Amino acid sequence: MVNRRGIGAALPLGCAILGLAATMPASAQDRPVKIGIVTFLSGAAAGPFGVPARNGAEILIEALNAGGKLPTPYAAKGYGGAPIEVVFIDEAGGTTKQVSEFRNLVQRQNVDLVIGYISSGDCLAIAPVAEELKKLTVFFDCGTPRIFEDASYKYVFRTGPTATMDNVAAAMYVVDLKPGLGKIAGINQNYAWGQDSWVDFDASMKVLKPGVQVTTSQMPKLLAGQYGAEISALLSNPADVVHSSFWGGDLEAFILQAAPRELFKKSLVVLTAGEPALHRLSGKIPDGTVIGARGPFGVFAPDNEMNRWFAKAYEERYVVSPNYPAYKMVNALLAAKLAWEKAQSGAGGKPPTNEQVAAAFENLSFDGPGGAVRMSLGKGHQAVMDTAYGVAKTVGGTTQIVDVKRYPAARVNPPEGVKSEDWIKSGFKSR
Amino acid sequence: MTQLLAVAIDGVIYASWLFIIALGLTLIYGVMKILNLAHGSLYALGAYAAASLVGYWLSAGGSPYASYGLLAAAALVVGLVTGPLIERGLLKHLYGRDEIVLILVTYALFLILEDMIKLLWGVESYVVSEPYGLLGNMSFGPLDYPVYNAVLVVAAVVIGAAMTWGLQRTRSGRMLVAVIHDREISAAMGINVQRMYLVTFTIGAVLAAVGGALTAPTVSVVPGMGVEVIVLAFAVVVIGGLGSLPGAAVGALLVGMVRSAAVHYLPEAELFSIYAVMALVLLVRPKGLFSAAEVRRI
Repeated sequence: MVNRRGIGAALPLGCAILGLAATMPASAQDRPVKIGIVTFLSGAAAGPFGVPARNGAEILIEALNAGGKLPTPYAAKGYGGAPIEVVFIDEAGGTTKQVSEFRNLVQRQNVDLVIGYISSGDCLAIAPVAEELKKLTVFFDCGTPRIFEDASYKYVFRTGPTATMDNVAAAMYVVDLKPGLGKIAGINQNYAWGQDSWVDFDASMKVLKPGVQVTTSQMPKLLAGQYGAEISALLSNPADVVHSSFWGGDLEAFILQAAPRELFKKSLVVLTAGEPALHRLSGKIPDGTVIGARGPFGVFAPDNEMNRWFAKAYEERYVVSPNYPAYKMVNALLAAKLAWEKAQSGAGGKPPTNEQVAAAFENLSFDGPGGAVRMSLGKGHQAVMDTAYGVAKTVGGTTQIVDVKRYPAARVNPPEGVKSEDWIKSGFKSR
Repeated sequence: MTQLLAVAIDGVIYASWLFIIALGLTLIYGVMKILNLAHGSLYALGAYAAASLVGYWLSAGGSPYASYGLLAAAALVVGLVTGPLIERGLLKHLYGRDEIVLILVTYALFLILEDMIKLLWGVESYVVSEPYGLLGNMSFGPLDYPVYNAVLVVAAVVIGAAMTWGLQRTRSGRMLVAVIHDREISAAMGINVQRMYLVTFTIGAVLAAVGGALTAPTVSVVPGMGVEVIVLAFAVVVIGGLGSLPGAAVGALLVGMVRSAAVHYLPEAELFSIYAVMALVLLVRPKGLFSAAEVRRI
């Protein structure tokens, strides 16, 4: 027999329990951490940058979700014990599309954080939107120093060094290699990345070698593909050093077209973003070419436990070695993990809020597969790292890097609060 | 003096490359009145097919000299397969529609082909540079140029001459010229206009693919390579006059020379120079340099 009075008493109690359960915070392990990852999956930047970055993310996230596969302090499962769920978004399509995609990620897909962006233009457009939506956003690759030099953000971080470091270190390296140089030239893509890179390199050279003469500065259109006339201009205005921040297919086309015309024999060519081409044009890069990797990544990565794990896992799955965008993506994911777990620990084990993670992220220091990363610029939001340059040498039909020189972060990055351009012009003063 | 020589040589090389691609575009427009935005994708398909075929041949230990024949073979296969397929399968059903509709259709086709390329070849780049350096260099003072560039120039001249001869000296060519002048009268005179469309589009597709195949050894074949080309080819045919064969030649030469001069003397204006020429020409001759006088129909 059913006790109706008993049911009447139990119902409100049951509802109260259910209601209480609904209002109780879920434990950190219950709910997955949803990350929106934005990288080029189509277009010219996909092959050299976007896809390797996605591959790096997939390998790392799988290992994190399995738990216990990574060296300390990354051994804990997922982010603070919670599994990671990922939504990949294609970065192709321009800044307007990317702003819409970002809003979709935040407002419709309800991601907990966004990691991404290779294009400097996209980073400049996304940063204010991330701030408006109060969404933790980590830039992993874009290079323009303007993001944290021209503005200040609470929710936006960048775990990759700026392009200033690449060009200052490139200037230091070529001066070391060719102390008697007197003439320089450049060939860079005609948009923010190429123009900023040339300005930084030119200014650095003028500090390191006062009186250095610029014979020509070529600025072909992005993705032009045909550089016959530019190579002729570089050959008929001979320089001791030719600087280029070309990347992807443009870089490969330039090497393929300039090498038979002996530009690499007549000038010392420095390719600040040349490392991805090592994998694709192995054996075809002329000996003596100066190669950079936008930080201590790939062939320049230190022999640490994290790098050994990552390089092995990547090579096992994708046959090729990881290039610098893959390393930088891993850096961003690891930094976010540490900040998340630090914030979670401060929140008593509950899932942290974006504000708590952002606070934990500021001034973070950690070791990634590329070595030490310190979030020491941009009020603790911008990373600095050591960097390295080397020279290409063909050994047994493959291109290897020799004569590697490392530059400490403090030597090739401006001090906190000083704009890159002013710092270079001041003669790299550390205050 | 060296610089002037460099401007001339670089201009001619660039013009030859552009001419081969623009010729197909202007021919299709001249006969069919279709501004084929998918032309860039056919160029890219030619480049990918050539890179794959030559890459396979060389990795199998084939003679590098045979790779020149394979470049041509790849272009022919791409053009002869895609041309009829697109014309018979798609465009045939849309003749008579507004030109704008056809532009939108070819734009849609361009997007589809770009995705198809990604599906077939992925997003990785393909490099087959062997044919580029194989023939050695030729020197002009302090400047070295791969002999392959001369091959490109000769190919452009041969293709241009063959096309002129074909249009002026053969029966089919004269019928094609008749269709260019007046499609309705040509049909009334017994010319199979539909067949002419098929032949024209196929030749245009082959020319686009030849452009891509000849470019493949000099670049890294990457997704999106057809986008840049279609913009440049469009500038060339607009300068020369849409549908004009000599217009494409002069337009390509003008663009090549102006761009080359800008690179050597005013590099910061390089990006702008081509479009400045286009704007100037259109200001003086709104229908291009070699546009034919249009008969006003009442």
